[in-house]
Amino acid sequence: MLSAELERYVAEIKAHAIGYGLDFFDVIFEVIDFEEMNMLASYGGFPVRYPHWRFGMEYEKISKSYSYGLHKIYEMVINNDPSYAYLLKGNTDVDQKLVIAHVYGHSDFFKNNFWFSGTNRKMLDEMANHAVRVRRYVDKYGYREVENFMDGCLSIEDIIDIHSPYINRRPETKSVLEEGENGRVPASKLRSPNEYLEDYINPSEFMEWQRERSEQERIKKRNFPESPERDVLLFMLDNAQLEEWKKDLLSMIREESYYYAPQVQTKIMNEGWAAYWHSKMLTEKIITDGEIIDYADHHSGTLATSPGALNPYKFGLELFRDIEDRWNKGKFGKDYEDCDDIEERKNWDRKVGLGREKIFEVRRFYNDINFIDEFLTEEFCREHGLFTYNFNRSTGMYEIESRDFRKIKEKLLFLLTNCGRPIIEIMDGNYMNRGELYLVHKHEGVDLKMDWAKDVLINLSVVWTRPVHLETVSQGKVRVLSTDGELKDVEVK
Amino acid sequence: MNPYCLTLFLIETKERRLILKIEQDWGRFREIVRGKIKENLRKYIVHSELIGKKGKDLISIPVPQIEVPHFAHSPQKIGGVGQGDGKEGTPVGVGEIEGDRHAGNQAGSHILEVELTLDEIAKILGEELELPNIEPRGKENIKSFTGRYTNIHTSGPESLKHPKRTFKEALKRQIIIGSYDPLDPVVVPISEDKRYKSREAIEKPAYNAVVIYIMDVSGSMGNEQKEIVRIESFWIDTWLKYQYKDIDTKYIVHDAVAHEVDRDTFFRIRESGGTIISSAYRLCRKMIEERFPPDEWNVYVFHFSDGDNWSRDDTGDCIEILEESFLPKINLFCYGQVESPYGSGQFYYDLEDNLGKKENLILSKIPEKDSIYHSIKQFLGRGK
Repeated sequence: MLSAELERYVAEIKAHAIGYGLDFFDVIFEVIDFEEMNMLASYGGFPVRYPHWRFGMEYEKISKSYSYGLHKIYEMVINNDPSYAYLLKGNTDVDQKLVIAHVYGHSDFFKNNFWFSGTNRKMLDEMANHAVRVRRYVDKYGYREVENFMDGCLSIEDIIDIHSPYINRRPETKSVLEEGENGRVPASKLRSPNEYLEDYINPSEFMEWQRERSEQERIKKRNFPESPERDVLLFMLDNAQLEEWKKDLLSMIREESYYYAPQVQTKIMNEGWAAYWHSKMLTEKIITDGEIIDYADHHSGTLATSPGALNPYKFGLELFRDIEDRWNKGKFGKDYEDCDDIEERKNWDRKVGLGREKIFEVRRFYNDINFIDEFLTEEFCREHGLFTYNFNRSTGMYEIESRDFRKIKEKLLFLLTNCGRPIIEIMDGNYMNRGELYLVHKHEGVDLKMDWAKDVLINLSVVWTRPVHLETVSQGKVRVLSTDGELKDVEVK
Repeated sequence: MNPYCLTLFLIETKERRLILKIEQDWGRFREIVRGKIKENLRKYIVHSELIGKKGKDLISIPVPQIEVPHFAHSPQKIGGVGQGDGKEGTPVGVGEIEGDRHAGNQAGSHILEVELTLDEIAKILGEELELPNIEPRGKENIKSFTGRYTNIHTSGPESLKHPKRTFKEALKRQIIIGSYDPLDPVVVPISEDKRYKSREAIEKPAYNAVVIYIMDVSGSMGNEQKEIVRIESFWIDTWLKYQYKDIDTKYIVHDAVAHEVDRDTFFRIRESGGTIISSAYRLCRKMIEERFPPDEWNVYVFHFSDGDNWSRDDTGDCIEILEESFLPKINLFCYGQVESPYGSGQFYYDLEDNLGKKENLILSKIPEKDSIYHSIKQFLGRGK
């Protein structure tokens, strides 16, 4: 229930947002007090969640930091159709306007960004649905039983394949009848328009190569899973010897993980986009002279950088602005890239005016990784004083390591790859023909946090109900952790 | 805002809150942190390692969090990207590291440092450990009255009128007599409905209290053991200072002989020598008799040692002093035994066998840092 005044702000800002070309879900605003805001934030924005202490833990953190004046949540918005957004009661008018504009930015991003295309837009209902199911299991099997299983699931909730919603990883199974005579696999030919071209399009070496490949494919099919599987949770759901209710719990956890994954994958862009639009709309259209000071105060608070930290709001906003500026001035393409004259590059302006169009395109197709990969420039890094830091063992502190552009970009991309999580794959679901699970950590130069890895493995083995092994590299040596009876840690090479 | 709407709105939010039910999850979490349930999660609780005073009596305290293990990169090797001034090699504060994010929630799991006064800390400590307030003894002469406006009265000056309560009463009355119409929610308070804030007098009695800390500094007490003693006595000190405003603290160290020292020395000293515990007990007895007569003082004695006394005879002497001079007179005698690689820890068992049933003697073992929490609870949990 909005006051007439807020109702007016919403209508005004919505009209401006549409005028700028934003395209969003319907947004339902609710005004709530700080206690409710803290509670909702603890629940990840959803009013009804399943019972679990993790939300209580969030609440502990959020409410304490609120009551000691360290942190205040002004706004929250849920990716849902319609989007739900919460406004904090008692905020000043300027704050509310800023928040409303910000929310429309987010809602536009949710609706249009490709990486959100696979998310459930009725998640509010789905979450409530999960809550009901979990409560039923609690009634039936007891609080402790359900909670203990949930705790284990939480530990493995992020071992999913974040790209799977966009790729068909499992080609449809072909009929076995397609197998050729003598068990030989027929090689797939390329289509030739004319008979006489056949030998050129499908030369015998090529046919032999194709045959070999098909043969390998067939052998691979005997593997289980066929190819290394990153969606460990799905594999568990399909194959683990679990009671149905536990599978159901696991599937809910997995669904929620997939729901949140795009928010992690686009954190910088999403926040940057919303900040871009609130500042544009407020400064150009909405704010009155008397409000400008309050606006500036709040806006700079949102974008403040503490030493050493990278603020996703600021970083995203600046990068969007940089893109807009570059495409307005035509600072792209071969001519610009080839130009070595610093002065000339700086003053480059072809007045092409493609900036607005470009940023809308970027918000449509990119996620944080290719956003940075494609648009982070050396000039930008220098201008904004970016650096990489690392832990120095001898001083026991994190220290600035480098300001080299390539290193910064490399580090950023590494941190964002797979949402900053190590890549774990199931290599064998029937290891040693004993129904054991064999996982491999794809080592990218950084070791696993070993004590945690051991505990996660134990949690995995509880869900899998059979021993689980993990191959990883630690301090330059290949090691295999196993939960066979008790936890073993064997050095292989 | 129209006051009639206000009343209705309050009712509405109250209903909404019932749906949210965070209290249940929150309570569950706090129970886990307190160690009441789910032992298996205790090792994932992140708590502070050091208590640092800042400024006058400010301190930074982390919020307890349970870090559920995930497959994660080793944080010290991963580093990150930051923004700001500085040359290569300049230390940076660990801010929000971009990689530190989980799928389960948008927010990262960084620890927040909160600045608190020592009194607030003590309150939290008391709440977390469920410590009872201490029932003091001694001269119960009233020191002062203070007051707070916490009561509600039916009469009072208009300046102290409590509009919310007044309207509530009026609403109640109108509903009861049937004159309230939800379609036309007019609530008119009459003079019987009026409520006023009133001052509640609080008596503050004066008590004297002294805490005597005794530490074994013989050769077998290493740095780690002293660190444990330091942390534990800091917390005990904080709690007792919160309970008694003007508390006195005295420090005794002993190896084969005992000395009274100041606070600074107490925590820094490293001696080496044998262990004659009775020497400290004698000094402590003398101190109490001369300076802190127990009929006027609340006396607390905390003794920390690795429990490796020089001889059985000496232990006998100690038990005798405890039984005759300490236990009948003082509030509490606490013995905390840290574990050292050399000690046998026999003293703990000797006390337990001989005096285990005395109710103001508390024995506690503190084998490692993680046990401090439990040990403080043992010492202060009885409200003596």
